[in-house]
Amino acid sequence: MRQHKELKNHQREIYFFRLRLILTMVFVLVLLLVLLSRLFYLQVVRQSYFTTLADNNRISVVPIVPNRGLIQDRNGVVLAQNYSGYTLEIAPSKVADLEATINALSEIVTIQPKDRKRFKKLLTESHTSDTYPIRSRLNEAEVARFATQRFRFPGVEIKARLFREYPYRERTSHLIGYVGRINDKDAEELHTKDLADNYLGSDYIGKIGIEQSYERDLHGTTGFEQVEVDVAGRGVRVLSRTTPQSGKTLTLTMDIKLQEIAEKAFGNFRGALVAIDPTNGEVLAFVSKPGYDPNLFVDGIDTETWDALNNSPDVPLNNRALRGQYPPGSTIKPFMALAGLDSSKRTPAYTISDPGYFNLPGSRHKYRDWKAGGHGSVDMFKSIVISCDTYFYGLATDMGIDIIDSYLGQFGFGKKTGLDMEGESSGLLPSPDWKRRRYNQVWYPGDTVSVGIGQGYSLVTPMQLAYATAILANNGTGYRPHLVKKVPGSEDNQSNRQGDINVQIKPEHIALIKRAMTAVTLPGGTAAYAGSGAGYPFAGKTGTAQVIGIKQGEKYVEKDINERHRDHAWFIAFAPADDPRIAMAVLAENAGHGGSVAAPIARKVIDYYLLGKEPLPLPAAKPKAEVAID
Amino acid sequence: MINRLQRRFTVHLDLPLMIALCVLMLTSLVLIYSASGGSFERVMGQFVNIVVAFVALWLVANMPLHYLIRSAVPIYILGMVLLLSVALFGEINNGARRWLHIGVATIQPSELMKIAVPLMMAWYFERHEATLALKNYFVAALILAVPFALILRQPDLGTALLICASGFYVLFLAGLNWRIIAGLAISALASAPFVWSAMHDYQRQRIKMLLDPTQDPLGKGYHTIQGMIAVGSGGVLGKGYLSGTQTHLEFLPERTTDFIFAVYSEEFGLLGNIILLAIYMFILWRGFIITANASTYFTRLMAGSITLTFFTYTFVNMGMVSGILPVVGVPLPLISYGGTSMLTLYLGFGMLMSIHSHKTLVQS
Repeated sequence: MRQHKELKNHQREIYFFRLRLILTMVFVLVLLLVLLSRLFYLQVVRQSYFTTLADNNRISVVPIVPNRGLIQDRNGVVLAQNYSGYTLEIAPSKVADLEATINALSEIVTIQPKDRKRFKKLLTESHTSDTYPIRSRLNEAEVARFATQRFRFPGVEIKARLFREYPYRERTSHLIGYVGRINDKDAEELHTKDLADNYLGSDYIGKIGIEQSYERDLHGTTGFEQVEVDVAGRGVRVLSRTTPQSGKTLTLTMDIKLQEIAEKAFGNFRGALVAIDPTNGEVLAFVSKPGYDPNLFVDGIDTETWDALNNSPDVPLNNRALRGQYPPGSTIKPFMALAGLDSSKRTPAYTISDPGYFNLPGSRHKYRDWKAGGHGSVDMFKSIVISCDTYFYGLATDMGIDIIDSYLGQFGFGKKTGLDMEGESSGLLPSPDWKRRRYNQVWYPGDTVSVGIGQGYSLVTPMQLAYATAILANNGTGYRPHLVKKVPGSEDNQSNRQGDINVQIKPEHIALIKRAMTAVTLPGGTAAYAGSGAGYPFAGKTGTAQVIGIKQGEKYVEKDINERHRDHAWFIAFAPADDPRIAMAVLAENAGHGGSVAAPIARKVIDYYLLGKEPLPLPAAKPKAEVAID
Repeated sequence: MINRLQRRFTVHLDLPLMIALCVLMLTSLVLIYSASGGSFERVMGQFVNIVVAFVALWLVANMPLHYLIRSAVPIYILGMVLLLSVALFGEINNGARRWLHIGVATIQPSELMKIAVPLMMAWYFERHEATLALKNYFVAALILAVPFALILRQPDLGTALLICASGFYVLFLAGLNWRIIAGLAISALASAPFVWSAMHDYQRQRIKMLLDPTQDPLGKGYHTIQGMIAVGSGGVLGKGYLSGTQTHLEFLPERTTDFIFAVYSEEFGLLGNIILLAIYMFILWRGFIITANASTYFTRLMAGSITLTFFTYTFVNMGMVSGILPVVGVPLPLISYGGTSMLTLYLGFGMLMSIHSHKTLVQS
């Protein structure tokens, strides 16, 4: 064996070696072919796929946020504006210990407990941004201090941004509303509306009021910049750019000065006022008191302030003008009277003898007039001037609920006015059908009696009542009320020239009711005090909305009743009565007397609107005992 | 005089190999300039690496063969001592104990073993050439297995496998019985599940990522994905020198080292790749010629192992960049930035040239 090996043929050995070498060469060649085909696959077959991936890597589309449109009043006074300022923002994903970071930051810039709370609330509500502001409106010194310490705070940055500001604060809160940071719910809604792309860089969205209802016009169109970025996301160069289009500047129909006068006229009363130009539907003043400071909401409100606003018994967040629903009380009487005339249930001359109460046939239940002992003989004109309840109890009973509803419906009661602001309430025009559905009860004749003087189940919003008054003032032709006069680039927000509502009632009937309403503000009328010395024909009607029911045989004694349970005071008005240019509804909550509180507010507004007269401080209202509480 | 000097200087250098090496050397410098984002410092660094490696090549090429044979045992023993030292006192870096700090420099002894193992095995086979029996293959395998195990423990799977390959080439070329090769292959396949369970997590991750790199595009799969994007988006003609977006916007990791092939592919495309592969094939061809014509058993085994190991490095690097092999941390031979690998490779080529030229001299 050993011998055999020693004698191994050298040539044979080299032959076997070379054979193995050739085998390895084949092996090498095969692997090189594998490699080559792989490269062919990557660089030829899938080249476009990988080119796309490479482009996705390097090209970053950066949204350019458009400037939000301004909002100004009819005279160009700016009500919502943008100003540039600095915020200190934290990217929670890049910060390990948020608490420690905020503590360290508070040594450099002022961070109050409410800033921390607001920041925490933002974090829980929204997951759409990378960074969230811990402080806004930094001053120059704070910016400079942070800049020098910046290295200590990875994930914290100063951003220069445009802020929304509402210079008139409470005065325009319920009208303009506010913008706020886009939260998860907003983001989802934008997504379903297919608008998410246009909000890629946006932090804010209109939450309520005009800001919400005209979001589309105010926001503008987002621009985009294609930027070549490196792996760290730093821009290397701009490849292309689409410029953003700023939001449109909205011009409102309202006059901020008139708004101010209206708001101030309320004094300490809560309530609402809507004034409309009856000839075109422009809303001239839109007040809901109390208001709130909308600026608090822009960068997120802290929980404490929010709770204080939300839990306040004054409900400052409730838009009373748009959403507050109250019984119309006696302000319904002019409309009821028109229904009576037009349905031929009454003639102007028909006269009743008022004993101070009304009985339904076969019933001993007394529906009391506001004036014990009654008003004596009362025809239609007088029934309005002195607001005779007994007259309207009878009228309502004679008409029946169906006729009442059909006429009131024509004046827009029981449905939304179509105002260009979201969230309007529709009030309530009660009917037997409604009562069955709502309470599963039959409609009693007594229900109709209450509806006759605007009590019972009837509910209206100040907006609705103002619109109905405007329709009446304009002789039955109503123009849909609107808050925005002009949106650049689209046609003026004018209502249908033919009118959106045309109530078919004989002109002489309307003229009679207007005359009666004018007499309301003259001596002998329920608003004589507010009408004295007007200098123009001033038409109106007082009303009282009951807050609590008065039992049979009880007497309403104002001073004995908790302030919050006192009646609400209504007043509807238009002027000049012969050629109305302004119509309105005024509601003063828990003010009791329509004539003594609500009517003077209307007077001040109209004085300014028609005469340019700044209101003098009127002597404090001292209603005489005889003066109507209605 | 000058002619004589020139001849004295170049007599042991192999002209075809030198030309190919010079082309790749220039390619390396040009590519590192692009991959480093225009850093002359980096280019100069690589130039110094090349000069040092070239001096080593020249020295080895001019060394008579018996020096080489005699150095096999001391080098192997030195390597083993260093490997053991690493296992005992090595510096831990990135979770692996691979480096040894000696005075001024930090060295990676596993690099040395890339040469030492095949050298030792070739020396062993040469000694027992006349009486080769199965037990000799077993001993040779042991020469391979001990350093392999030590390097695997560091852990450095990539280097361990490459050394395993270079050793296996020696065994194969030394005439290892086919039945044993088949047996080894079968047992390797059979033991795969056990190897899998014995692997480190990061090694398993790398293999998983190879199968589906999109599983973790920002983590473990990032290297592979970005490499494939660079190669694929290069297309047929490439994006042009200094114009690779993956490279210059730094999406590609390890641009001057392990992933330099992606830089090349992105900027020069498939056409450039074919040219590059042709140059590598030329070097391999030359290596095979030298191997086939080597005069002794030792030189045949050594030359074959050097040539095949060179190919293995090339294939593994290109394979991992183009996504057909896991990312194992192997530089592209002769092009990637790095002194150690450059030195090892040039030493190998020096040996090849020495084997070739000294054989010729002996014959003449």
